[in-house]
Amino acid sequence: MSTPMVLAENVHKRFGNVEVLTGVDLTVQPGEVMVIIGPSGSGKTTFLRCINHLEKINSGRLAVDGELVGYRERGDKLYELRDSDVCRKRAEIGMVFQHFNLFPHMTTLQNIIEAPVRVKKMSRADATAIARDLLHKVGLGEMGERYPSQLSGGQKQRVAIARALAMQPKLMLFDEPTSALDPELVGEVLDVMKQLARDGMTMVVVTHEIGFAREVGDKLVFMDGGVVVEAGHPREVITNPQHERTKAFLSKVL
Amino acid sequence: MDFTKGSDAGSPESTAGTKQRPPEIKAIPVRHPGRWVTVVLLGVLAAMAIHALIFSRVKRGNSTDGRFQWDIVGNYFLTHVVFQGLLVTLELTVIAMAVGVVGGILLAIMRLSDNPILSTVSWGYLWFFRGTPVLVQLYFWYNISYLFPPVLNNFKTLSIGIPFGPEFVHFNPNSLITPFVAASIGLGLNEAAYMAEIVRAGLLSVDYGQTEAAQSLGMPRALIMRRIVLPQAMRVIIPPTGNETISMLKTSALASAITVGELLESVSNIYARTYQTIPLLIVASIWYLIVTSILMVGQYYVERYYARGRVRELPPTPFQRLKAMLITHQTLPAARVAIDDTVVLNIANRDGTL
Repeated sequence: MSTPMVLAENVHKRFGNVEVLTGVDLTVQPGEVMVIIGPSGSGKTTFLRCINHLEKINSGRLAVDGELVGYRERGDKLYELRDSDVCRKRAEIGMVFQHFNLFPHMTTLQNIIEAPVRVKKMSRADATAIARDLLHKVGLGEMGERYPSQLSGGQKQRVAIARALAMQPKLMLFDEPTSALDPELVGEVLDVMKQLARDGMTMVVVTHEIGFAREVGDKLVFMDGGVVVEAGHPREVITNPQHERTKAFLSKVL
Repeated sequence: MDFTKGSDAGSPESTAGTKQRPPEIKAIPVRHPGRWVTVVLLGVLAAMAIHALIFSRVKRGNSTDGRFQWDIVGNYFLTHVVFQGLLVTLELTVIAMAVGVVGGILLAIMRLSDNPILSTVSWGYLWFFRGTPVLVQLYFWYNISYLFPPVLNNFKTLSIGIPFGPEFVHFNPNSLITPFVAASIGLGLNEAAYMAEIVRAGLLSVDYGQTEAAQSLGMPRALIMRRIVLPQAMRVIIPPTGNETISMLKTSALASAITVGELLESVSNIYARTYQTIPLLIVASIWYLIVTSILMVGQYYVERYYARGRVRELPPTPFQRLKAMLITHQTLPAARVAIDDTVVLNIANRDGTL
């Protein structure tokens, strides 16, 4: 079996005295789409942020593509990674945020080419070509010169996806990408994500969109109280949840 | 009296059908006698001011001349000496603000750094430079040779080297720290302390999600600061910085206390000789006003530049508004609708009564 893209073993995370993750075990295989659901405060967003080291885990092991997140292991000792190494690893992982977090002082196109040009040292012409291509893919071919404030929420989120894809990541993290959108705009973002899943991208998606999980998810994970309560094939988990808490949650959101 | 009954009376049936539009309300407007009283009072004060400024004459020694001696103001206004002073004032302002802005950015970043030593040093700097009068600081820099006095046969006593150890480069403090340099350093270092707080407020105003988004793209910290956070912070930083620049233009007059030949010093050198104190101070004041006005216009356009992306459409500049207004007065009145509200409002004000 190949190296898992994400491997979490007994991951713990606390903020001050608050235990947010209390032993998360998860595996994401390359090409797999994992959807994480759960009530708010269950730790699903925190876990996602740990994967690209926006949060540091307190104990357990977390590895991306066979390498520990944030540390280097030599013998039985862990060494903290230097800033530049952390950046290099983050560049291989794309992330999409609930509130888009586009750079408001840059046009759509500038948003997308910023990291390829400055981090990957790609030429501006090449980066622009890739960016235009990506904008077409997310259905915003004509919006390159617009500023984010001139876009709708759904358009902003699609630009944010294009921005993350421009770095040609091997893993994409989605943190409630449709939660801040008006209901009629959710579909256009989910369509882009479905296409991405069909293209074989490895994805970890925190969402409340059960329909999306059923349609494109390879694995559905239900988290509550900082642990994985139940995981399995989406259809099985949705139609035949084993755990009481899963049943209770699904009965509310379905 | 009975409100509910009155409103109920005709409504259910009549709203459905076509209703005649009632005639325009013609009411007698509220009188504002207070406005007329203030207009008269201000008119009297204005007349007094005009009289004192232009027409009244006073006896000085053997001759009578204008109270404010505008002819003397005119005589000196465009002289070489005054221009020379103005130039030094502008140089001082630019250099001190450059030192202040660069120093302020560094101090603000230090203050927000995770490194406790850096943030403490930044705090201490602020504490010292904000806690002492800038005039005193200027005197300190001016008298630096008192601390590092040139000794006989060894004029180079200001040195760079290892503390308590060997010294590598030596300077003569009197030739290195001229009054102009002392003023630039003094005003600049003091300004840096104030700019640091302005920059810090700007940096903190940028949503942390911006930093996280940039981090998730693999951007290193310095790049995030330079490309993402600072440009957005500028929107908050620019207005108070314009304020500081205008303030610095006038604070630079303090340099006259350490014999720097800036604008105030140049005119005071003249009136020390001719005793025409007030006219020459007016010369200086008018020049300060002119430069301040230019700076205000510049600030407006810089603010506009950094507002891009924040608002969907930038509001028109006063110049564009003027153009819009001229065009609307030439064309049909309907065109008024097309231009923005503010212009219409301005026109309405002009057409309306007091």
